[in-house]
Amino acid sequence: MKLELGFIEIKDIQFSNESKVENGTLFVNADDVKAFVYEDDDVKACVKSVCFDIAKPGESVRITPVKDVIEPRVKVEGPGGEFPGVIAKVDTVGSGKTHVLRGMAVVTAGPIVGFQEGIIDMTGPGAEYTPFSKLLNLVMVCTQVEGVHQHEYEHAVRIAGLRAATFIGELGRNVTPDETKEFETLGIREGLEKYPNLPRVGYVHMLQSQGLLHDTYVYGVDAKRTLTTIIYPTETMDGAIISGNCVSACDKNTTYHHQNNPVVADLFEQHGKTLNYVCNIITNENVYLADKQRSSDWSAKLCRLLDLDGVIVSQEGFGNPDTDLIMNTKKIEQVGVKTTIITDEYAGQDGKSQSLADADPLADAVVTGGNANMVIELPKLDKVIGTLDYVDKIAGGHAGSLRPDGSIEAELQVITGATNEMGFNCLSAR
Amino acid sequence: MVKEIERAGIPVVHVCTVTPISMTVGANRIVPAIAIPHPLGNPALTPEEEYNLRKKIVNRALEALTTEVKDQTIFEV
Amino acid sequence: MSYRVVHYINQFFAQIGGEEMAHIAPELREGAVGPGTAFDAAWNGEAKIVNTIICGDSHFAEHEKESKAQILAWVKEINPDLFIAGPAFNAGRYGYACANIALAVKEELGIPVLTGMYEENPGADLKDKVLIVATTNNAAGMRKAAPTMAKLAMKLMKGEKLGASCEDGYMNNGIRVNFFEKERGSRRAVKMLLNKLADKPFTTEYPMPSFDRVAPNPAVKDLSHAVVALCTSGGIVPKGNPDHIESSSASHYGEYCIAGVENLTPDKYETAHGGYDPVYANEDPDRVLPVDVMREFEREGKIGKLHDYFYTTVGNGTAVANAKKFAAEYAQKLKQAGVNAVIMTST
Repeated sequence: MKLELGFIEIKDIQFSNESKVENGTLFVNADDVKAFVYEDDDVKACVKSVCFDIAKPGESVRITPVKDVIEPRVKVEGPGGEFPGVIAKVDTVGSGKTHVLRGMAVVTAGPIVGFQEGIIDMTGPGAEYTPFSKLLNLVMVCTQVEGVHQHEYEHAVRIAGLRAATFIGELGRNVTPDETKEFETLGIREGLEKYPNLPRVGYVHMLQSQGLLHDTYVYGVDAKRTLTTIIYPTETMDGAIISGNCVSACDKNTTYHHQNNPVVADLFEQHGKTLNYVCNIITNENVYLADKQRSSDWSAKLCRLLDLDGVIVSQEGFGNPDTDLIMNTKKIEQVGVKTTIITDEYAGQDGKSQSLADADPLADAVVTGGNANMVIELPKLDKVIGTLDYVDKIAGGHAGSLRPDGSIEAELQVITGATNEMGFNCLSAR
Repeated sequence: MVKEIERAGIPVVHVCTVTPISMTVGANRIVPAIAIPHPLGNPALTPEEEYNLRKKIVNRALEALTTEVKDQTIFEV
Repeated sequence: MSYRVVHYINQFFAQIGGEEMAHIAPELREGAVGPGTAFDAAWNGEAKIVNTIICGDSHFAEHEKESKAQILAWVKEINPDLFIAGPAFNAGRYGYACANIALAVKEELGIPVLTGMYEENPGADLKDKVLIVATTNNAAGMRKAAPTMAKLAMKLMKGEKLGASCEDGYMNNGIRVNFFEKERGSRRAVKMLLNKLADKPFTTEYPMPSFDRVAPNPAVKDLSHAVVALCTSGGIVPKGNPDHIESSSASHYGEYCIAGVENLTPDKYETAHGGYDPVYANEDPDRVLPVDVMREFEREGKIGKLHDYFYTTVGNGTAVANAKKFAAEYAQKLKQAGVNAVIMTST
């Protein structure tokens, strides 16, 4: 399967009467986006208001509580459309041609959905920890229709964000990309014949699936109701996997992370040179022990069946998913496939505690995204998009996190994407 | 946490869903629970069935407390 | 004003002699001697070795108590900003002396200390207690060790925050410190995997810990007269979370009276836990803390009594050391209250 990505560099976003992409500037008519977002019945029923705002790198702006971050893309050739099974109808994506509005994102924010939304600072020390401070962000602040159930609201805000990203992505359909890149995954035998001497490497991609507010969707299917399975890496680039979760902000994989999965990118970079990138294996992190056992059994089984030599395993979240990570690693190593895992740490504010809830000597090659308990001080910023009302309540905050002068003292946990477990960032710990 | 209670000299049983973590960290008496969001319940059942399920697990936990163990032991329900 | 430093070295580095002079007793000299001049040079006037203490390696090993007492007395008198020892490279007794005398100065006098040695030096066993710079296994490594130690020493004297062990060159001391790598995590993972596949050396960024074990206590003999307590890491708290237990990384635990409470109802109790879907626990908190069943068993006489208080924490993202501290604290309360057994529930 071969996918061509055409990158359209977005250098500025402006509100305008007409929505279009011109010379690297995205012009947005907020009313048009809103109208498109509200065409969905669930959004209509659950989302009271949507307001748009723009946050640019370097501005003294704090966005919170942040739910999801999404990169606008549009399918211009080949089967399917963006976010299959959720926005576009179900059809296999990952081939043909997709345009990407690079350098920007749609960010959903607003009064809390769960208590694990995050903070994106566009400047200052907080900005160093979130990759989204480097993007031009079109922020949608959503509010809830009173009396709507938390789970329904999460669903509606998720859809609202994806719809807005779809609308914006569509504006790039007829724009000539600034750069194009091809990504191809070969069939099993083809790969073997083409790269007989390269190690066969796969990517075990763990998806958060802890419950209604902690879920991930694959082609619209709730990941907790799936068995471990195989997916082409390019499918994720077309939005086959989307985030529906409110786990701690620092190590939840937003939809943007899935679209721009760094493990996929870095394995493709080495594909055909030092390794043969065979495929992705997606597996869940459920709350039942039997599920954990079954899913990790299947991960190992598929690794073996595909005759992989090695895999990278990435995690999402922490706590009991640490067990899924360790079970996957242990079982995959035990079938003779070598592993390197990416996780993050909860070593306490003083860094003295044990970092993971579970451990095994077979997990001997670990990459860490840093200690999420580290305390960080965020100065007051001039403008807040969203509300500071929940800073004390979100995971990583504490009573008094928001100080009277508007500055914040909290754990790194509160920052969206800070300790990402796909290895999106340079942050680490020793 | 279980270990600290054990260390203080009080027999303790750990009722938890993710028994592998309990094994890794070193609980001695372990009773498997239902699921992380509802360790001692199951919203899919009727209230009566659910109560009986809970009773069964707690009962097993009490059995664990009255059973001598030498090593880490999982008391399956 | 420059910072004042006391430096500890052995007979060999003081150029007194080798093994044949290892018996010499501690001696105090003015200024820098031997390797100390390299530190002075690196500090470039910002700090200065005011005194050097020289002690024979055998003497320290054989008369540790006396040697320590003498050295501590000198250091106390001089009251420097920093005590630096070695580096000892792979010299076993010297490394042992450096680490132990540094530890004594740190613990008894509260003065910042630093030493350096090869990772396999027996003195490195103290790396969790004393800051030790990793050096090569022989003195040829001084050229590399001196600037690393001098830089770290300056940070200590200025009271600056230390970087991660790999950045500042000290041996991993069990304290995790964040820092920015040059490459993103996914690329580091791909490289690590390629090395692992090629049987080349690689270094894990997080070595797996080993866990201690506590022997099981004897079983409860007579349940019908036992006081049984309920504890949970599932964050069950009275409605409104009166003590503001954090949804993640909890800084304290809750102790709540349930005397006379038959059953945890959603109007009075909820969960503060941020790590799992709270809906089910909020609908019926007995799903996490089974008070209802325990009351029935109490009425039936199956157990003597359900303890009047329950203890609750939020397991989510809470540092193990904190969780340990909370449990150790309330375990004592349970013991004093005459509790015979505990049921701990986790989500």
